[in-house]
Amino acid sequence: MIRIGAFLVGLFFSGWLLVSFGVGAAAYISEPPQPTAEHEFHLHPKKLALSSDGPMGKFDRQQLQRGFQVYKEVCSACHSMRLVAFRNLTELGYTEDEVKAIAANWPTQTPSIDPATGEPTTRPSIASDYIPSPHANETAARAANNNALPPDLSLITKARHGGAAYVYSLLTGYQEPPAELAKKFPDAMPGPGLNYNPYFANLNIAMANPLGSDGIVTYSDGTNATREQMAKDVAAFLVWTAEPTLEKRHQTGWAVLIFLIIATGLGYMAYRNVWAGVKH
Amino acid sequence: MAEQVTMNQDGTAAVESDGVRRRDFINIAAVSFAGVGGATVLIPLITQMAPSKDVLALSSTEVDISAVQPGQAIKTVFRKQPVFIRNLTPAEIAAADKVPVDSLRDPQTLEERTVDGKTNWLVTLGVCTHLGCVPLGAAQGEVKGEFGGYFCPCHGSHYDTAGRIRKGPAPANLEVPEFAFLSDTVIKIG
Amino acid sequence: MSFSWAKHYEPKSDLTKWLDERLPLPRLVYGAIGGGYPVPRNLNYFWNFGVLAGIALTIQIVTGIIMAMHYAPNALVAFDSTEHIMRDVNWGWMLRYAHANGASFFFIVVYIHIFRGLYFSSYKAPREMIWLLGLVIFLLMMATAFMGYVLPWGQMSFWGAKVITGLFGAIPLVGEPIQQWLLGGFAPDNAALNRFFSLHYLLPFVIAGVVILHIWALHIPGSSNPTGVEVKQESDTVPFHPYYTAKDGFGLGVFLILFCSVLFFAPNALGHPDNYIPANPLSTPAHIVPEWYFWPFYAILRAFTFDFFIVPAKLLGVLAMFASILLLFFLPWLDRSPVRSGNYRPLFRTFFIILVLDVLLLGYLGGAPAEEPYVMLSQLASAYYFAHFLIILPIISKIEKPKPLPFSITESVLGKASSGTAGGPVLQPAE
Repeated sequence: MIRIGAFLVGLFFSGWLLVSFGVGAAAYISEPPQPTAEHEFHLHPKKLALSSDGPMGKFDRQQLQRGFQVYKEVCSACHSMRLVAFRNLTELGYTEDEVKAIAANWPTQTPSIDPATGEPTTRPSIASDYIPSPHANETAARAANNNALPPDLSLITKARHGGAAYVYSLLTGYQEPPAELAKKFPDAMPGPGLNYNPYFANLNIAMANPLGSDGIVTYSDGTNATREQMAKDVAAFLVWTAEPTLEKRHQTGWAVLIFLIIATGLGYMAYRNVWAGVKH
Repeated sequence: MAEQVTMNQDGTAAVESDGVRRRDFINIAAVSFAGVGGATVLIPLITQMAPSKDVLALSSTEVDISAVQPGQAIKTVFRKQPVFIRNLTPAEIAAADKVPVDSLRDPQTLEERTVDGKTNWLVTLGVCTHLGCVPLGAAQGEVKGEFGGYFCPCHGSHYDTAGRIRKGPAPANLEVPEFAFLSDTVIKIG
Repeated sequence: MSFSWAKHYEPKSDLTKWLDERLPLPRLVYGAIGGGYPVPRNLNYFWNFGVLAGIALTIQIVTGIIMAMHYAPNALVAFDSTEHIMRDVNWGWMLRYAHANGASFFFIVVYIHIFRGLYFSSYKAPREMIWLLGLVIFLLMMATAFMGYVLPWGQMSFWGAKVITGLFGAIPLVGEPIQQWLLGGFAPDNAALNRFFSLHYLLPFVIAGVVILHIWALHIPGSSNPTGVEVKQESDTVPFHPYYTAKDGFGLGVFLILFCSVLFFAPNALGHPDNYIPANPLSTPAHIVPEWYFWPFYAILRAFTFDFFIVPAKLLGVLAMFASILLLFFLPWLDRSPVRSGNYRPLFRTFFIILVLDVLLLGYLGGAPAEEPYVMLSQLASAYYFAHFLIILPIISKIEKPKPLPFSITESVLGKASSGTAGGPVLQPAE
């Protein structure tokens, strides 16, 4: 009885799936799916080598400081960094006094309440504050940016396929739309307020090229601030903001793995030892 | 592992004592090594309960005291605990100085509990040293206890105008946190 | 245990004797996973995965309880409290990565455990109850994992909650009220997040309870083995301790090496980047997929693209997805071959290999975008999945001619000469 019922259920599901497959396949052959602009023009991120890559990866503090400078002087005008507190910057090699100065002089202040009147106001940030957003709220952010919301950057390298390489490619990927695109997919050409960037998922990004020319920041360590260099540095910095514990994770990982390999080796010997003489 | 089954081809317990010892040694080593690992795993499992980095970061606070008149006190917050900042009147200072220090449960002078030249500013944690209640006496109209300072209603501890324990179960004076005058009107606690 | 040669617990000290008379817990443990549980001597490494699943459950419960000390199940702060664990809590990053990857490894282990059961027909009499309880554990695991994935309140959390509860919306008439009841609203929000947290905390303990029943049921007939021949004599077995405790210890080491390699060096490889974007009810990610361990079922769900007369395709997909798991409950009665082990069933073995490849393909397709040719392939692969269990398996169990079975486990291990005798290097514990 069970087997007859099962047979019928199986026949129904499998049969209907095969029918669906047949219909779908016929449609696929008679009307093959049209290629889309994204399929043809979207590019995978370029290769980017950072010192934090790989299981031995460590942060290059000098580079992180440069990246932080790019964030501070360029990105932070539009993009918030709400999960990073000023105090975290000591991990980049800044002293506590430097961090206090960075916090106090940050272009936007921390929202606060006037103790005398109770009205909302702002105050200079202190080290324990999180980096204040350039916009009061999402509506203000959209209003200031042509209705496009600049995403928070704290986790951006974890929140995008390709991670840091994606950020780097996007920042260096601005270009004129290829002539072929205009010919084949006129609808996919960047509209007003949009910019062509083949590394962006739908090819047209609202953000204008933020690193438009070399030398828009002046690095205090003397590094030449080319567009490439700035894009790399800020990508490295954003790896740190997304996961400040990365170095500790790698170090702990090696200690744990070495321990486990020895323990497993001993475990294997003990296992062979216990089973010695018992055929199995 | 003491009841370790050891055997050789004849099915009898191995007698070559060297071999037996070496085998037991490996088993003991494996189990002890794993045990050390298991114990190490406890470190993160236990330390995760300690204050996290963001909590530790809130370790200093700055207070504007320009509006506090003699005889008044304000409450502020330091590490999520109340702090009393009191502007003592000359009478209160005199009352505190009059007490023979030797007679106190926790001998301290007012000078020792305040900053030189600013003895009128008494800064203490608002945490009773008995079991942690917040004493009364900082806000206007609150009971100040028998000695004109603070009074803890939980178990009846009386503190004097220098915040020293005078009567009741509390073992010590109200704690003076680390603080400094950034200017005449701003105090930094912590 | 029913084997007459099973050793009995004998308290050695006055203290254990005192305890044994009042609360015979050591006796219970001794009989369950100690020297008092005789186990076939020929188990291969696939038999390690039951213990590993228990360890994976323990890792999840321990790390989960700890994270609940720092996590806040409120839609406003859930995402930030998760990042608080990652950034500020001492060792929080490690605990969260262990929990997130622990779920993946739990499923890897359990899937291997299930396929071992399928190949060696561990579901057959007298072990049906073990199989059924195991499936209950599997269902509870899926519910727990799904609700756990919602808790970080990222984009995938939100849309996963919406889509999966949307499955219930496919039920005719009562679907929509049920979906709203599950969510406590019209879309996932605080109410849903809070109840998912509550249930995500509860269900692992329910799982632990069913695991105890699963192990209890296992101890009635004893463990199966790669030959599928039941234990006949003492020489077929060895005591669980120290033989299998040692083997499981070694297996645990290998498991932990693999687990920690991912945990420390590729902790986000099995996750989805979109879940690092806070939940946004106004914008669906371009390509939403569940966690990888649901992909085969997700592929079956999406394979139904055409209505069957009055039954809409959406409902068909949901029915098929649930059927794909529920049919496993009937497996002991669908496969009637008297031979258990796939090693002695050439035809079964062939189809089993096809099934494994088919499920792997379904997994790949479930993670692929809902485009052609992936949909067509998932229709073929799903068709085979149902046909395998409901049509092919009952038929081959009738027509197949199995290879000759060994007389006993001892014979299969030592060769014919020693079968049934105590000769040869047979185990003799030295007391």
